[in-house]
Amino acid sequence: MASPSTRGAAIDLKSVSKHYGSFVALDKVSLHIEPGEFMTLLGPSGSGKTTTLNVIAGFTEVSSGSLDVGGKSVIGVPAHKRNIGVVFQHYALFPHMTVSRNVAYPLTLRGIANPDREARVRKALDMVKMADFGHRFPSELSGGQQQRVALARAIVFDPPLLLMDEPLGALDKKLREWLQLEIKRIHRELGTTFVYVTHDQEEALVLSDRIAVFNQGRIEQIGTGRQLYDEPETLFVGKFVGDSTILRGAASASGDETAIDIAGRKVATAKRLTDGAIPVMLLRPEKLSLARRGKGGQDRNTLPGRIGEAIYLGSGSKYEVVLADASKAIVRSTLDAETFAIGDEVDLVFAASDAKLLADDENADFTLT
Amino acid sequence: MKQPSRILLGLFCLLVAVWLVAPTIVVVPMSFNDKKSLAFPPSGFSWQWYQNFFTNPEWSASLVGSLKVAVVTAVFATVIGTLAAFGLDRMKSRVSGVLRALLITPMVVPGVVLAVGIYAVYLDTQLVGTMTGFVLAHTMLAVPFVIIAVSASLEVFDKRLETAAASLGATRLTAFRTVTFPLIVPGILSGLLFAFVTSFDEIIVALFITSPYLKTLPVQIFSSITRDADPTVAAVGTLLFITTSLVIGAGLLIGSRQGKR
Repeated sequence: MASPSTRGAAIDLKSVSKHYGSFVALDKVSLHIEPGEFMTLLGPSGSGKTTTLNVIAGFTEVSSGSLDVGGKSVIGVPAHKRNIGVVFQHYALFPHMTVSRNVAYPLTLRGIANPDREARVRKALDMVKMADFGHRFPSELSGGQQQRVALARAIVFDPPLLLMDEPLGALDKKLREWLQLEIKRIHRELGTTFVYVTHDQEEALVLSDRIAVFNQGRIEQIGTGRQLYDEPETLFVGKFVGDSTILRGAASASGDETAIDIAGRKVATAKRLTDGAIPVMLLRPEKLSLARRGKGGQDRNTLPGRIGEAIYLGSGSKYEVVLADASKAIVRSTLDAETFAIGDEVDLVFAASDAKLLADDENADFTLT
Repeated sequence: MKQPSRILLGLFCLLVAVWLVAPTIVVVPMSFNDKKSLAFPPSGFSWQWYQNFFTNPEWSASLVGSLKVAVVTAVFATVIGTLAAFGLDRMKSRVSGVLRALLITPMVVPGVVLAVGIYAVYLDTQLVGTMTGFVLAHTMLAVPFVIIAVSASLEVFDKRLETAAASLGATRLTAFRTVTFPLIVPGILSGLLFAFVTSFDEIIVALFITSPYLKTLPVQIFSSITRDADPTVAAVGTLLFITTSLVIGAGLLIGSRQGKR
């Protein structure tokens, strides 16, 4: 095995489009993935993330654009010649073969004969902690065990690139969280480039070096989890990654200052806007705080509201505050903070610099499957 | 559950079982009759009809003829039917439904209609009473059974396994050989069995295209029973019954052993 730093392949998608009749599944998607990087393609169903993965794997031909893997164009190269590992949501283990034979399958196809083949199967199964299950059949394994075998099968032939299509989608939460850490560890040990598809933003934040957020066949933003959370470039990204409170109002500029009318109050902004613009103000739950009505202080923005829902989370509380214009704010507070009950009249307090101003985007409404 | 209803259900099941098996069982004592009659119950015991079956060249020749036709038919029908089922399964167009219906027609068209048509064509082409003639006709009749059996197992086959095989480096042919084929083998085998039985059992077309040189067992049974009440027919029936019971029993045994795996 080569050293980790040289094992991953770079991926370069340039202006890749995929049409099915009049339906545009991918619309000029460009994405560069560094060798050895853990890149997650995040988005709601039908956003193009899985199509992108299928294009890289060779299961789907592109309509236009270029795709390089490891510096070479793979347009027109069939899937079986790409030497890319793929892990599927549905495991896709061969039911008529034992675990060992499943994992040995790609090696057999590559003409690797037995002392070597057996050693590599063992090594791959060791890596996913399934070494004791070699003689079992897939039907005798749990979902999590099957997916670990599928992972072993996808890495046993040392591909420079591993694609994972919602691999933990069919598993329960506890198992998912544990396997996320396992996948992270395996990525670290192998040094292979990982491309991971999920619609679960938490999973994306846990795993990834960088995340590409997909929406309606386009990439909305590419960045680290922190960048997406702290500096969302579009309303869609802001809403999809992390909890957020969205406030809308018209801007009014006077001199150097810009304020936004929200629920009848003027709210100061950190950014200058043109008069009459209708931006969206996005606030993260931990940037918001609550105070009893009239006790919010003067140096920060305050909006009057009423507690609509109070949820005890163990590590703190989560409140839903209904504002005068019926919009809702999500506030998370720590255990030692003052507690409120449903119906309490409160002030929503936040600093102007903590509010992200974004263009209103009607496409930002989405439903999760 | 209440006791009386359980007993009633048991009795009903027993009745159905007897009703299904009785005609077959009745043949067994008839085959040991000591007189040349198909009377039931038989008046005495003898092995002579079995002896007759194995020594009379008319009977053994027809058995050999039937086996030959059935084996060749089963092989041809299985190959053609499997390929057809696979093609229909992978066809994206709506034509596949029409094609499937077309391929199944020999199964639904009355046998006599087919037989008359086949006979008319064979008279002109000198195929009457030939091995080729029998195999062609029987393969046509057996292909639908193979298509149905193989289609059923392709229906439950997860095509995504082929995608997975491709990602691991398998060409389409290799993926078929190593993944698809082993997983649809039960369907292919049952198609093979159906094809064999279809040919081995077939009487209507066979009666039309038979000749003194090539006779199948059903034709021989039919002509024997119409000529005279020869209990050799019962002996043949008993032998067939025992053979098929053994084959099915072995199949069940192997099946249950694989199930436990």
